[in-house]
Amino acid sequence: MAPGPRSIVCIKQVPKAQELQVDPVTNTLKRVGVPSEINPPDRNALEMALQVKDQFGGEVFVLTMGPPVFTSALEEALAMGCDRAFLLTDRILGGSDTVPTAHSLSETIHKIGGYQLIFCGEETTDASTGHVGPGIAGHLDCAQITYCSEVQFLGNRVRGKRSVEDGFETWECPLPCVITANFLSNRPRPPSLSGKIRVKRGGLITTWSCADVGIDPGKVGIRNSPTIVAKVDTVVLPDRKAKIFRGEPKAAVTALLDAMAADGVLSR
Amino acid sequence: MEKFEAIVVGAGPAGSAAAYGLAKAGVKTLLVERGKAPGQKAMFGGRIYSFPLHAMIPDFAKDCPIERYVTRENMAFLSDDTALSVTFDAPKLGTGAAASFTAYRAKFDAWLAKKAEEAGAMLITGIRVDKVHRQGGKVAGVATNGDVVLADVVIAADGALSQLARSAGLRGDPSPEEYSVGVKETVELPQKVLEERFNLDEKEGAAYVFAGAASASLRGGGFLYTNKATLSLGLVVSSEDLAVTRTEIGTVMDRFRRHPAIARLTKGGKVLEWSAHLVPELGRAMSPRTYDDGFLLAGDAAGFLLNVGYTFRGVDLAIASGMAAAEAITRARTAGGYSAGNLAVYERLLKERQVTTDLETFAQAPFYLKNPRLFSVYPKLLNEIAEKVYTIDGTGQRKLSEVARAEAKAAKVSPVRMLLDLLGGARAM
Amino acid sequence: MTLPKDKTEYRGVWVFLEARRGRLRDVSRQLLGVARGLAQTRGSDVSGVLPSWNVEPLAREAIEFGADRVYLVEDPRLETYTSRPYAKVMATLIGKHKPEIVLFGASKNGRDLGGRLHAMIETGLAADCVKLEIDADGNLDMIRPSFGEKSLAHILCKQHRQQMASARPNVFPIPPRDPARKGEVVREPVEITDADLDAKVVSFEERRGHKGNPIEDAKILVAGGFGLRDPKNFRLLEDLAKELGGAVAASRKAVDAGWVPKDYQVGQTGRTVRPRVYIAVGISGAVQHLAGMQESEKIVAINLDHNAPMFEICDYGLVGDLFQVVPEMTRQLAERKARRPVPVAAR
Repeated sequence: MAPGPRSIVCIKQVPKAQELQVDPVTNTLKRVGVPSEINPPDRNALEMALQVKDQFGGEVFVLTMGPPVFTSALEEALAMGCDRAFLLTDRILGGSDTVPTAHSLSETIHKIGGYQLIFCGEETTDASTGHVGPGIAGHLDCAQITYCSEVQFLGNRVRGKRSVEDGFETWECPLPCVITANFLSNRPRPPSLSGKIRVKRGGLITTWSCADVGIDPGKVGIRNSPTIVAKVDTVVLPDRKAKIFRGEPKAAVTALLDAMAADGVLSR
Repeated sequence: MEKFEAIVVGAGPAGSAAAYGLAKAGVKTLLVERGKAPGQKAMFGGRIYSFPLHAMIPDFAKDCPIERYVTRENMAFLSDDTALSVTFDAPKLGTGAAASFTAYRAKFDAWLAKKAEEAGAMLITGIRVDKVHRQGGKVAGVATNGDVVLADVVIAADGALSQLARSAGLRGDPSPEEYSVGVKETVELPQKVLEERFNLDEKEGAAYVFAGAASASLRGGGFLYTNKATLSLGLVVSSEDLAVTRTEIGTVMDRFRRHPAIARLTKGGKVLEWSAHLVPELGRAMSPRTYDDGFLLAGDAAGFLLNVGYTFRGVDLAIASGMAAAEAITRARTAGGYSAGNLAVYERLLKERQVTTDLETFAQAPFYLKNPRLFSVYPKLLNEIAEKVYTIDGTGQRKLSEVARAEAKAAKVSPVRMLLDLLGGARAM
Repeated sequence: MTLPKDKTEYRGVWVFLEARRGRLRDVSRQLLGVARGLAQTRGSDVSGVLPSWNVEPLAREAIEFGADRVYLVEDPRLETYTSRPYAKVMATLIGKHKPEIVLFGASKNGRDLGGRLHAMIETGLAADCVKLEIDADGNLDMIRPSFGEKSLAHILCKQHRQQMASARPNVFPIPPRDPARKGEVVREPVEITDADLDAKVVSFEERRGHKGNPIEDAKILVAGGFGLRDPKNFRLLEDLAKELGGAVAASRKAVDAGWVPKDYQVGQTGRTVRPRVYIAVGISGAVQHLAGMQESEKIVAINLDHNAPMFEICDYGLVGDLFQVVPEMTRQLAERKARRPVPVAAR
């Protein structure tokens, strides 16, 4: 069997979606102090890459771009079983939209080198574009398989089961190839004790600035991002004044049905 | 595969003290905590007797997150609407090795774990370890979801339910009579209001224990401690009694909170948090063995908890047992290995540090405290006697001894029974 | 395509026409309607780009739905969508004709293509828009849900051209078809070589196609989500729906997991429903889902997690284990029915 591939998984740290609340006074989203996590679909990407490694050997690197606090996402990925981690961090990257982001990640992937597979989550929960994965493939001019739920490494090619609206397509691509993992397509493994020990021992995370990688400052950051968010309107759903029932199931169901019957909801 | 000399499971007071002692002795130690941070899963009252800390870190008070030193002890017997209390005022309780203080467990445990880390132990959080790994029949590390980390010796300091002690076969599955259910809430009060209400100086604190109606006359009791600007209010109730009487701990807590004697103390306060956990009750009776080949139990996991009615002790015994465990390991190391024979010194060290001596002194206390009359009949009786003695309504006053005899009769407790209970109490305490 | 000196050089609104197994995707038709409105405001026209094989009738169809012109790129190697050759076609034609606006359907392929293309030609792309307008400065105002759909963000691409956006399927109406509409079909020769063909679609497995579940028409819907854990548990919902005389629906997660056919899907990428009663079982209530059912008359939420957002928008909520609650509901409803005297007319 050919030696296993080097996979690079691109992840992002995002605010926990369920913690996001609309400020009742200003009607804007409260983001300050919201706990963050690895973008949930990125966990599926990590799991997919780690499964390839479990099956075929090779190594899994994890890469993120963002402020130094993103280190915690890298540490978690390492504790899940990744071999090395890379943090691209630079003030000039601030405010990058998907074009400079795909550009910067591609340049960093290029610098890491030696890769056969690149994994991303299908999209992030905070921006929901799904553009960065295919964007990286565009930049690197390599193959791509998006919305993958299963991956099979074939030595010199890769096969991916792609979830589309009317069914599942199986694509086969040469290497290197960008794979974006379908959200919930697998059960991401939790960080392991051995993994956390390895993280604690240190030395697994490489931190690079744009200069380290050779990224052109004229290509990144808010000033070189084609799109801007001009304004944000908050969507407020009407309050239906819910009646909530809980407790022992039988009694709770009776109470629920009684309330629905009393309101005439059950009559035809 | 990762390998350590010692793995300590649980970064509570016992685990952190053990890891601290081991690291200080140059033992390559891993300390594993299941919570996201040490102390996150802890709830207990937050009153800590400081004597083992003095022995461990002489200048601990420098940065230990102490809320208040306890200078006033209160014991109260509650009927449904009255309270008879005894207060012991002693500012000298607030100093020296005998001092006790109140603390937030989240902060205190984090502080102690940090000490262990600073001493050289590796702290890993967010991992639940519930199995020992065995090689050739003896404990040789821990296993989590198939992931094995090796160690020559493992200390289980994973709390009252100690999954690890059970996986190692040192304990059976828990039964309700071995545990009480503890609930605690933190009530916020402005510092000035608190100090005025409890008549305290800036650093002084008060501790209360409540018997009788506090636990709805079930076996158990209530407690209240003052922190800087909050109160810790809680209950410990026999889980067996809760099960038998089909009572929810929340209902008992609700009634306790509304008792006039309590409501007065917490008036105007805001409840910040609420938590519940299991408290081992049987002490040593729960874990006859505290060591095995390559394996030791410490703290709540070993049942090192003392409830003698007027004090609840746990954190101090946990720290002392953790230190004893560390010392046992360093001695076994010198003796050439971590066999059960070499670790047997643990029992002697526990005695030297007064852990088991205190537990043995009060060995009968848990059984004595299982006497239901202590929680139902007597507190009520005392309150009724007090009520009769202090009610002067022109119908004529009686002598205290007469009242007591009459009330005891009304409560259907024979004088002989009462005498036996009293003697039993004196012996156990 | 970076910062143009003269933006007026760029003219026209383009729509990527996605042919799927011999049909134009609905979202492509919907986009032709959107493009018409935008072109009218900009005083320009609408062009479709149709790369595929043997699809000339679809080019005609696009004209009838609103295109003034269709660039038809036919090659047997373009018959099935793959990323690289399609991106090459789009990049080549965009470079040649310089449109001002390019629209894609936010289908899986539309996003796959747009994401690759925008990085190649270095211009902005707003994903999954639900509203597209021209602002006072003549820029395309690309409006899309953001942050778990709790808000709508207005995205602008002021300096760069093209302005590109993908539009969420089934949000915009399909414009009326006019068989008399005139337009031109322009065959564009874009050379596709073997080097452009990196991906091979080796097989296709169609989703189990249930047509017998018209969820839009049902008066009562019992919808299941990921909380059901296993496709066979949908039987619990079927039993309850049968008892209520309703139909079964599902969240995107349940459909994506392949548990139930796409026709069952409620939400912004599925169908929008307005039943009399909507019972959400084990659906946490991502706003994508809420958007497809929030106009239901009465909403019932059943979930173990009392923090589920569904509880915030429901009329009735039951916090509990669906595996106990749903069968219990079915049982109690049957009991109630048995207790109630049968109306005379029904005898």
